[in-house]
Amino acid sequence: MLTHDKIEKNVGLLIVLTILTISVAGLLEIVPLFFQKSTTSPANELVKPYDPLRLSGRDIYIREGCYNCHSQMIRPFRAETERYGHYSVAGEFIYDHPFQWGSKRTGPDLARVGGRYSDLWHRTHLLNPRDVVPESNMPAYSWLDRPLNDSDIETKMRALRKVGVPYTDDEIAGAKKAIEGKSELDALIAYLQGMGTAIKQVR
Amino acid sequence: MSDFVSGFWSIYIAVITIVSILGCAVLLWMQSSAKHVEGKTTGHVWDENLEEFSNPLPNWWRWLFYLTVIFALFYLVMYPGLGSFKGQYQWTSTRQYDNEMKKADDRYGPIFQRYLKQDIRVVATNPEAREMGQRLFLTYCAQCHGSDAQGTKGFPNLADKDWLFGGSPEQIKETITQGRSAMMPAKGVKPDLTGDEIKDLAHYVRSLSGLAADPIRIHRGKPLFSVACAACHGADGMGNVGLAPNLADEVWLYGSSEATIIETISKGRVNQMPAFGDFLGEAKVHLLTAYVYGLGGGQDVSVTTPAETR
Repeated sequence: MLTHDKIEKNVGLLIVLTILTISVAGLLEIVPLFFQKSTTSPANELVKPYDPLRLSGRDIYIREGCYNCHSQMIRPFRAETERYGHYSVAGEFIYDHPFQWGSKRTGPDLARVGGRYSDLWHRTHLLNPRDVVPESNMPAYSWLDRPLNDSDIETKMRALRKVGVPYTDDEIAGAKKAIEGKSELDALIAYLQGMGTAIKQVR
Repeated sequence: MSDFVSGFWSIYIAVITIVSILGCAVLLWMQSSAKHVEGKTTGHVWDENLEEFSNPLPNWWRWLFYLTVIFALFYLVMYPGLGSFKGQYQWTSTRQYDNEMKKADDRYGPIFQRYLKQDIRVVATNPEAREMGQRLFLTYCAQCHGSDAQGTKGFPNLADKDWLFGGSPEQIKETITQGRSAMMPAKGVKPDLTGDEIKDLAHYVRSLSGLAADPIRIHRGKPLFSVACAACHGADGMGNVGLAPNLADEVWLYGSSEATIIETISKGRVNQMPAFGDFLGEAKVHLLTAYVYGLGGGQDVSVTTPAETR
């Protein structure tokens, strides 16, 4: 009979049993996700890898900590889809490494913000949100209107290719040129405007 | 779920799940059947004489654990969890969402449909419809046009009588459904304008609506206006609905200061109103149109002021 006495006095056995116990959830809930079509293939043909400008914008999104207040996942509830649009599906995020789903919504969800506002609105709003939404409590990101300095863009794209984003050699070679002369604001807005546009909610 | 790349994964999940649940049950059973010696300690001693009894779990506690095992098995029969097994309830998050939407449509659909059949001019005077319209407006439109619909720099005031794309119910509905996009090219149609000429133009434009301007610059700006700007804004600067705003009235989308007008002429302006037709559907667009139309600026209607509508 195996009693805690024997486990506690045998460090090797304790390690093995502990690992077995804590790995069950991961084996069941994480591992199979790598072998499901809905989580590993694009939701539709409109889901594309980020172009260099959007990729830089995404990094600015992460750098500025936008995820601290904005989620990027619309849950399948009416209260959410009425406001934000079609609920999010796994196949929309397969080129996100890592995804920015988040769970905290001090601000609204941004999963389908693409095309919802004009570029001018985003520009004004990012530099000082109160200029367009007087009630807003979002901080002003007034420094974003400065040249985009993303010298690692090619390295980043190569790294993403290693984890499965299908960038071609031509795309990587042209990346520096694609973001030349752009501001951080341009990049962030390009990222936001592309968000969630692959699936439309049509009534 | 044929979602897995191979049938293996379904079995893999089912086996590990069942084995670990049964493992819990077996562990509980072993604990209850272990030989128990009253007063026996674990053998650990802390702080000189602090020891720990090696007693089994109290029965009520052990049975609670057995209940969780039974619940888990029941849950896995009724709900999806064992690999591709769909469960007796055939529950899916998509179906739950569809049911929720259907319930809401059954309840609210008729209200929307009733207004959809009415003329916008009629809906605009109905207090209930206006309240619904206002809530829609605050959800979808206020971010740009403001919660009072009076707009801000670059985003038009919807409560006044100045309309860039027309203020009739049909035109407002078209704007909401299809969106609008507007572009003023930098330096109008005369790309070789110099800095000084732009300043002359700015003074002339200010003079059109009676704002303070330098008479000499007005004089020099007038011929420039006919060349660079009149094609869209009209010879007298009165604008054209859907093409270019009226420069001779008091309404300024981007501002009337000399510096702002110079900025507008030198760099041009680009902005758009996104299309909401697909996203909102006709019934909601109809109510929104009526709300905006009834804000006081709607054309061909007996006027209610924004103050009264609130």
